[in-house]
Amino acid sequence: MKRILYLTAKEFKSYFYSPTAYVLIAFFTFLAGYMFFNICKAYMIQMLMSSRYPWFAERLNLTDFVIRPLYGNLSVILMLLVPIMTMRLFAEEKRQGTTELLYTSPINSIEITVGKFFSAFLLFLLMIAFTIPFPVILLKYGNPEKGVILSTYLGLIFMGASFISLGTFASAITENQAIAAVVSFSMLLIFWLIGWASQAAGEIGEKVFSYLSFFEHFNNFTKGLIDTRDIVYYLSFTIFGIFLTYITIESNRWR
Amino acid sequence: MIEVKNLTKKYGDKIGIEDVSFRVEKGEILGFLGPNGAGKTTTMRIITGFLAPTSGTASVCGYDVTSHPLEVKRRTGYLPEHPPLYLDMSVYSYLDFVAKIKGVSNKDRKRAIEEVIEKCGLKEVRGRLIKNLSKGYRQRVGIAQAIVHNPEVLVLDEPTLGLDPQQIMEIRNFIKSLKGQHTIILSTHILPEVTMVCSRVLIINRGRLVAEDSLEDLYRKEREKLVLSLRIDGDREAVLNLLKSLKGVQAVERKDGEFLVECAKGSDPRDEIVKTIVSSGMRLVEMKENLPTLEEIYIKRISQEG
Repeated sequence: MKRILYLTAKEFKSYFYSPTAYVLIAFFTFLAGYMFFNICKAYMIQMLMSSRYPWFAERLNLTDFVIRPLYGNLSVILMLLVPIMTMRLFAEEKRQGTTELLYTSPINSIEITVGKFFSAFLLFLLMIAFTIPFPVILLKYGNPEKGVILSTYLGLIFMGASFISLGTFASAITENQAIAAVVSFSMLLIFWLIGWASQAAGEIGEKVFSYLSFFEHFNNFTKGLIDTRDIVYYLSFTIFGIFLTYITIESNRWR
Repeated sequence: MIEVKNLTKKYGDKIGIEDVSFRVEKGEILGFLGPNGAGKTTTMRIITGFLAPTSGTASVCGYDVTSHPLEVKRRTGYLPEHPPLYLDMSVYSYLDFVAKIKGVSNKDRKRAIEEVIEKCGLKEVRGRLIKNLSKGYRQRVGIAQAIVHNPEVLVLDEPTLGLDPQQIMEIRNFIKSLKGQHTIILSTHILPEVTMVCSRVLIINRGRLVAEDSLEDLYRKEREKLVLSLRIDGDREAVLNLLKSLKGVQAVERKDGEFLVECAKGSDPRDEIVKTIVSSGMRLVEMKENLPTLEEIYIKRISQEG
């Protein structure tokens, strides 16, 4: 357990030895801020216009017109950025030959996998912490539903964990960071778009495909709905990814 | 201390090593020789737990590497061919991290790190980033990394590769100084290094063990009959005749100012030679046994197999 923490601490710090963490956080914050600003502006314009249509004013609320689109967009940005966070985890070690240190140290493969997963997860948490000013601003000047905000963040955290576990796996199968990033990004994209297939897949297929989709589950969280089904989905996805990574690095020893 | 039995490692159809068995006793320094691709690194990687064997067993301090990997890893230090360094870290923080994952306890850690920094001569670079260090310093950091948890067994894969002559001397002396406290396996291409540092030798070729012995025994076994080289002050012809007349001497030859005396199989006329020469009034300047060089033995063993 202690060794997991040591490894996580070292990995987390090494994000900051290189510009990776700074660049990721800076661009994420910039993009998120830009989106927040524009969505708020659009909301205000709609509010001004709606004074003429009372039926529309009734339907206008922060949850549906600001929070849901904002965090929906953020989740897409995260899908682009998480592969950059995770690509180095194993690929860099393999390229530098430091795997020989790690795998000959008294720390087992599962501890290595979990330690690395958590380091990227911590960076992810730090990254989304930079979006906390948005709900704070909304709370100060408007009246958003607090429960929705909390459940949205909970959803982001769960979804981020599954992104990262997939990215970790992609990094474990190659020693080329670019390939790791491309593989994890493509796989994330597939799990996003798989929802589209559901419309054409018949009754059972529809259920299966929409269950597999990342964003169907995230949608529930942004509605303020905390459903165990969604939590189970993300958790099992995460654990499965970690397990695959463990299998991959363990099997390298036997080849 | 280290026991390897019938170890085989296959990479798919390719054979890495086949049926390798040997033992290393406590405090010994074992020299591991062989051409490139002979299986040295594979064997070392199995002993350190980096690779799993296809069949056979290896154990360190009585713990099997497959069934008790953590116990083995706690007791071994490993310097791979390319030192496993995190280039973005400083020397001190790197060693601190290694000490942590190698299981050095919190209260001993600081002292252990200071000790290896001192031992490996890293004092003046302790705060520098590893990527800014020269090759020699990187190698030293690699060695520091291997010994920071004071392991009983040390596995060094070509520790002097790519160093300048002075650094090579330093590292060799350093390894020698570890003798006794640690059991060491050292692989190398540089044969004199083995003569200087190691007490026993293992030669491997194409994945198979072709020689395993102490240096002394290896030389003796290789030599079929005693060959002496003598330096004698005196008349050349007289010396030649005198030597030839002795019992047990098969042939005498002059070469580079020395007399090479080839003795008959099983005979050792050294006492006779000394007595005769001294009593005949000549001066015996030097007499030594002409052993085959390690190079000769090495080449012979390697080519026998091929």
